[in-house]
Amino acid sequence: MARIIVVTSGKGGVGKTTTSAAISMGLAKKGHKTVVIDFDVGLRNLDLIMGCERRVVYDIINVINGEASINQALIKDKNCNLLSILPASQTRNKDALTQEGVGKILEELSKDFKYIVCDSPAGIEQGAHLAMYFADDAFIVTNPEVSSVRDSDRILGLLSSKSQRAEKNDEPIKEYLILTRYAPERVKSGEMLSLDDVQDILSLDLLGVIPESKSVLTASNSGNPVILDEKSDAGQAYSDIVARYLGETRPHRFIDGKKGLFRKLFGGG
Amino acid sequence: MGRKGCLGSYLGAGDMSLLDYFRSSKTSSASLAKERLQILVAYERSSVNQPPYLPQLQQEILLVIQKYVNVNCDAMTIKLEQSDNQETLELNIVLPDFRRV
Repeated sequence: MARIIVVTSGKGGVGKTTTSAAISMGLAKKGHKTVVIDFDVGLRNLDLIMGCERRVVYDIINVINGEASINQALIKDKNCNLLSILPASQTRNKDALTQEGVGKILEELSKDFKYIVCDSPAGIEQGAHLAMYFADDAFIVTNPEVSSVRDSDRILGLLSSKSQRAEKNDEPIKEYLILTRYAPERVKSGEMLSLDDVQDILSLDLLGVIPESKSVLTASNSGNPVILDEKSDAGQAYSDIVARYLGETRPHRFIDGKKGLFRKLFGGG
Repeated sequence: MGRKGCLGSYLGAGDMSLLDYFRSSKTSSASLAKERLQILVAYERSSVNQPPYLPQLQQEILLVIQKYVNVNCDAMTIKLEQSDNQETLELNIVLPDFRRV
């Protein structure tokens, strides 16, 4: 039986796809057979971040409509053979995504894979609803910024009321926080919400903090998940997150920031 | 020249400390953000479980009351509470002080 993870946030542009790409690659690199599904019908981008955009033939809607088998639609990742990608449709209407169809796909994938990562679209419409509906675990991607925190709180409300686990009265979805684009220097100077501020409002299990990093853009430019850039701070932060999710204990990093040049020169702190 | 320099650096220092004063004041933009968020999130959490008809119900009840009594729209709060097997609709209206009228 597979574990279904939804990567969600409500707000757009906070790093859902970057996170989905990174953690699915991380899980596969750790030896777990993993599939990552793009639920953003009409605005697919996971293929681009994973660097497989030119190998997309069939998509999730083709599978739901019976025009292709699931194995025809799955794309094997170029870096790791334990990882597969199921792309979203770029042309079809969003309503083509049905609860029954998604349920069947997840059931079939569960036989073959250990982890199913669902990359949710922004918003709270059908795509976002179905990405979270069947989930066992939810990774809430949040920026230290008011609109993102508010939207995350809204998503938490939906997870606890509009999911299969909620409707069946099963054990609730496990909710984890991934705080992205964190700039410790700006937190120190009081211009950015701190991790504690965000946790005072959301109070979730913290999987990790991803520092604001140039390497995220570099990685998406080349179509390689940032976790493969082992030297980068963001890549290391995502590796920590995968390890923590799998039960390892790793101390949190990237929360206090490095010593600035000034402090290095003049001491203090 | 020397004097000017002194004045310049004095003013400069003054500006800096003034800026620093505002920076270190309690209302940093982050703490303002947190305060706004806490109020908003608390409100939205309490209203998210309410049935969708509640705002309109409140509006219509208010209109009926306003036919007889001059009440302000923020003088009324409505709350629907659910316990095990019963739902309570709590309506709280602050009526104007009659003795003054």
